[in-house]
Amino acid sequence: MNKLPSYKKRYWRSNIKYLLVLLSVWFTVSYVFGIVFVDTLNQIKIGGFKLGFWFAQQGSIFVFVLLIFIYVGLMNKLDADYHKKEEE
Amino acid sequence: MEGWDIQIWTYVIVGFTFALYIGIAIWSKAGSTGEFYVAGKGVSPLANGMATAADWMSAASFISMAGLIAFSGYDGSVYLMGWTGGYVLLALLLAPYLRKFGKFTVPDFIGERYYSNTARTVAVVCALFVSFTYISGQMRGVGVVFSRFLEVDVNMGVIIGMLMVFFYAVMGGMKGITYTQVAQYCILIFAFLVPAIFISILMTGNAIPQIGFGSTLSDGTYLLDKLDGLQSELGFGVYTEGVKSKWDVFCITAALMFGTAGLPHVIVRFFTVKKVKDARKSAGYALLFIAILYTTAPAIAVFAKTNLIHTVSNQEYSSMPDWFSKWEETGLINFQDKNGDGKIQFVGSDQNELIIDNDIMVLANPEIAKLPDWVVALVAAGGLAAALSTAAGLLLVISSSVSHDLLKKQWMPNITEKQELKYARISAGFAVLCAGYFGMYPPGYVAATVAIAFGLAAASFFPAIILGIFSKKMNKEGAVAGMVVGILSTSAYILYFKFINVEANVASNWLFGVSPEGFGTVGMLLNFITSFVVMKLTPPVDQEIVDLVEDIRVPDPV
Repeated sequence: MNKLPSYKKRYWRSNIKYLLVLLSVWFTVSYVFGIVFVDTLNQIKIGGFKLGFWFAQQGSIFVFVLLIFIYVGLMNKLDADYHKKEEE
Repeated sequence: MEGWDIQIWTYVIVGFTFALYIGIAIWSKAGSTGEFYVAGKGVSPLANGMATAADWMSAASFISMAGLIAFSGYDGSVYLMGWTGGYVLLALLLAPYLRKFGKFTVPDFIGERYYSNTARTVAVVCALFVSFTYISGQMRGVGVVFSRFLEVDVNMGVIIGMLMVFFYAVMGGMKGITYTQVAQYCILIFAFLVPAIFISILMTGNAIPQIGFGSTLSDGTYLLDKLDGLQSELGFGVYTEGVKSKWDVFCITAALMFGTAGLPHVIVRFFTVKKVKDARKSAGYALLFIAILYTTAPAIAVFAKTNLIHTVSNQEYSSMPDWFSKWEETGLINFQDKNGDGKIQFVGSDQNELIIDNDIMVLANPEIAKLPDWVVALVAAGGLAAALSTAAGLLLVISSSVSHDLLKKQWMPNITEKQELKYARISAGFAVLCAGYFGMYPPGYVAATVAIAFGLAAASFFPAIILGIFSKKMNKEGAVAGMVVGILSTSAYILYFKFINVEANVASNWLFGVSPEGFGTVGMLLNFITSFVVMKLTPPVDQEIVDLVEDIRVPDPV
């Protein structure tokens, strides 16, 4: 099972690292800010929005979109490195 | 154009959009199974993003969601987060790998990765169940929009909708569907935004609804504070705070998110792009396009609810505007003068005299806000676009599951590609008829079945696919056992509380305090646990499968 060349393993490991970081942000903005700590955050007001309510109905969605595009960027770079290694 | 009323406008705008869909269908007729199932894998990420957004946003998203939020306030957030957050999972955990795998359907992946036709068949059953559940609601939506705006019979509306979908889905397959969905996205988002922007300007002076609903009214108070105040005055509870338990909100949101990521008609859209890279990118575009509607909906909810309370609360029944009586005729507004004072009591207690259907909030919103007639007609065209695009995507899943995963891969492996294509068209045609039947004679439990569709997708497909990609060791025994346990536990729980013992559906009876809507999350966890336990007790996978998994994890060759 350990026959994989090291650049392939590195590629997968970096991918997993990105996933863990991005998914923890995904979890934080929705489940933590929008649900678990919503009452605490609602004490803070930005314009007419209570912050917890805003995260639940707006903010989390904006962050979701951003997360995917960040992942696209990171993976495009990682893919390019991979292809360079592959040619060597 | 002077003297055009709503009905003429509706005929013109709806007629124009239908002509457009038919034109696209003729231009993009599918010639091979590859084109029929996955549009020849040649769709650009931007076009796929729009098509996915239209595929995803159904009659429910377009017509019902804003109203649902208007009446549930903060608790409505489960739909907003649940139906968008799933795309992050899709983009990061599923889409790129499934595209790399590069076959036609979701059961295809399950069948090959778990080297088992049993696994494939279980996946087909889930796919069919989820898709049929969903599609009957769409055809009904088409019928309802037709009957309200064009004053034809609901059944006539369903038949017109069937003919439309039949024409472009059966002929064009995925290729036809993709490009009509692109057009449908443009129409539905325009139709959703125009009234929202108008109303936002009228109420808050801000043209961007997302900012408008956090802004102040002409009297200087914040709109949300005003609504919170009105709501608690009338006994509805503070709008920005919920009544559901946090734990249940958590579980429902999770079930909707993981369910979204496990819905076959959404996943299959990522099979249509050229490269793995494009699959990621188009998931980003898809969510961006979805987010435009999903961040506008809560704004519409707040505008509409505030407007509604101002218009009706404690006002003379006889002084109600035209739209009130018009929608009363359709049964979507129901007024009963309980205390006989001729005024409308719209309150959160048993003295309430006014019952309002969720759908009004989007459908009648332009009229409530006194917008021009063409805006009202546009909303009708948008609702039809949303319903037709989703119905078509679902039809394709049904047809490919039958012609590809049952016939070609199992029952009749010797048929030629041409014959398979013919069967694909026949099963699509048959599925249109079934969907039409359910649209005309809707089972009384459409709303409840949505919970089942998402619950089942979360409890069956999501774990099986994730484990197929992220675990090299997961074997067929584990995956099949997991899917079966996930489906059975989730459907049993939902059936019990939604159909068998409806009176018992209260929080104190729920297992772990999870409502039927949120139980998909529990079913999913059971699936994961079962899969791992069974895997430990059964033979390991072959090297071939390990190679397959290693291959889907790396990028495309240059």
